[in-house]
Amino acid sequence: MSVRIGVITWPGSLDDRDAQRAVRLAGAEPVALWHGSHDLEGVDALVLPGGFSYGDYLRSGAIAALSPIMAEVKDAAAKGMPVLGICNGFQMLVEAHLLPGGLIRNDHQHFVRRDQKLTVANSDTAWTNTFKTGQEIVIPLKNGEGGYIADDETLDRLEGEGLVAFRYAGVNPNGSLRDIAGVTNEAGNVVGLMPHPEHATEPGFGPDTSAAMRSGIDGLGFFASAIAAVARVAA
Amino acid sequence: MPTIVVDVMPKSELLDPQGKAVSGAFARLGVTDFSDVRIGKRFELTVDGEVTDEVLAAAEKIAGDVLSNSVIEDVVGIEVVE
Repeated sequence: MSVRIGVITWPGSLDDRDAQRAVRLAGAEPVALWHGSHDLEGVDALVLPGGFSYGDYLRSGAIAALSPIMAEVKDAAAKGMPVLGICNGFQMLVEAHLLPGGLIRNDHQHFVRRDQKLTVANSDTAWTNTFKTGQEIVIPLKNGEGGYIADDETLDRLEGEGLVAFRYAGVNPNGSLRDIAGVTNEAGNVVGLMPHPEHATEPGFGPDTSAAMRSGIDGLGFFASAIAAVARVAA
Repeated sequence: MPTIVVDVMPKSELLDPQGKAVSGAFARLGVTDFSDVRIGKRFELTVDGEVTDEVLAAAEKIAGDVLSNSVIEDVVGIEVVE
């Protein structure tokens, strides 16, 4: 039986369909879930996709973090279910206190869209276990409020405990402190990042590589990792 | 009707990109009296009835739980205005 990965849609989600497609391309079954429901429909893992929930009023992701399904997301996360937050989904996870830190407007004030090089800083999480620590990957980035911040004490702890999952390489596109692009919780099942792995999962539609235009599929490894993590738990 | 005003500011030690942008505009205008600008938020909570200790406590709770994110912001004032 194939692994079932739920993708939650909020009003304003943009990348839910792309995330479903990425799940399918990685070999799992995507399950469309709705923010207003309290039912995770028995999925094995969860993706909180990107977009702009509730106009990003108050703070990005803040109101979405209070939506009905987040109660079940928090329960599932506490029990070890793999949960990935991408962009607005990452903002929701920090607002829901499932991940440390916060995200603020890019330091240069502009929306940024680019193919972004990242360094995998921790390959021992449910969403990074098919990568190697130190590996460089390229996936698209597109955000206006992607500046990762936390106080120095928290940043020291994140680095000391290996909770930085991804760092920006080459260019820091949004002023994120210590080049942090993504973080994980202590258990390694909840991961959030600003860049978009779901947009780099099919040849012809990903970032350019030295081999060919738009051939980059580095994002596929995120979803393959979750499938491996679920299989490991089931075994 | 009484209103409870909640003021929230970005933490002083953290970058405030919006304030920085406004500060940059001051410089372009030649205004040099102000060395820094920080932008916060003001929430006005309308109360139907009297502001009791319980209502004020509820305002303090919602200010900490929802209106602000303690990772990046501080609640700098909670005040009752008529």
